[in-house]
Amino acid sequence: MSYKTDYNAVAGLGRANEGVHHFWMQRLTSIALVPLTILFLIPFGRALGGGHEALVATYGQFGNAVTAILFIAVACWHFAIGMQVVIEDYLAGGARLVLVILTKLFSATLAVSGIIWPSPPSCSAPEDRPNVCLSNRTTHL
Amino acid sequence: MVQLTLPKNSKIRTGKTWPKPEGAKNTRTFRIYRWSPDDGENPRVDTYFVDMDTCGPMVLDALIKIKNEIDPTLTFRRSCREGICGSCAMNIDGRNTLACIFGMDEIKGDVKIYPLPHMPVVKDLVPDLTHFYAQHESIMPWLETKSNTPAKEWKQSVEDRAKLDRLYECVMCACCSTSCPSYWWNADRYLGPAALLHAYRWIIDSRDETTGERLDDLHDPFKLYRCHTIMNCASTCPKGLNPAKAIAEIKKMMVERVV
Repeated sequence: MSYKTDYNAVAGLGRANEGVHHFWMQRLTSIALVPLTILFLIPFGRALGGGHEALVATYGQFGNAVTAILFIAVACWHFAIGMQVVIEDYLAGGARLVLVILTKLFSATLAVSGIIWPSPPSCSAPEDRPNVCLSNRTTHL
Repeated sequence: MVQLTLPKNSKIRTGKTWPKPEGAKNTRTFRIYRWSPDDGENPRVDTYFVDMDTCGPMVLDALIKIKNEIDPTLTFRRSCREGICGSCAMNIDGRNTLACIFGMDEIKGDVKIYPLPHMPVVKDLVPDLTHFYAQHESIMPWLETKSNTPAKEWKQSVEDRAKLDRLYECVMCACCSTSCPSYWWNADRYLGPAALLHAYRWIIDSRDETTGERLDDLHDPFKLYRCHTIMNCASTCPKGLNPAKAIAEIKKMMVERVV
């Protein structure tokens, strides 16, 4: 039983002073993804099927690497804020909170993994040069 | 929060079939949602047969005829009978509209009438609009000024007045808000298309001096940004208005303030 007035129920906890940034970023990332997707897919498609060597060679080029990193970062960002809206639409309370946090974590993990990849499929470093695998990875990216 | 099935006590059952009017040659079938808070039973859909030769052309004419001649317990709101008061908003043939200006010739087959969707029902076709009206009140649907009150009226140019066309005509029938999935799932926090259309009407009123405060009040992920331009509001509005466009304009103004 509650004697809250109708007006009080609508007012709730007041305005959050948030929303326009989220809205603006959704639009900006979606627009940015149009050229980024094309610029990412062209070299990726060429390298596809050529094995690990072809991928390393493709993303060894500065322009391709920057485009790929931007594409992955912006796509994951867009996914995270888009999914947040979907979750907020359909769920409430604790489930909403937990899923929004998990989505953010998942997107961040996906972005970082995508940016660090491609790494050599297997690399056995000589004992005197233990950092060779790491240096390979950073060099090629 | 989303609800994909009706609660147990809202599941609709088949109701009574009322007798056909004697001697009628041209009857039409009406299937109408019935629920009373007094008997503790689930809602049902009753079937009525109306003699169309002695009935007016609008759905409200048929409802009034049913109430007068067949079943006086049938409950619905109505007042002006010409689309001005917004009282007779209901879901007819799957669409939220005003019964008084919705012609039966627009409906194929049986006429199915339900209350506005996803609202608490008071009785039969009468929804509880308390929350909806409180949301309208929350956007301050009146002129707010800070300058000294002029000796005569607050003046407005013809051009500025024209900006309010397609906005001021809203009669608050709630057809748009109750057709909006975002409003169904989050009506506790989302203001809905009707309240936001009115908010925009006052935001762009050249005489109003609280535009910034009005925008401030809407800067919220739920009050405003639950609108995803689904456009049900615009397609169902019996007055032909476009609340989705008004909401998009508010969002544009929000961006203009920060970019």
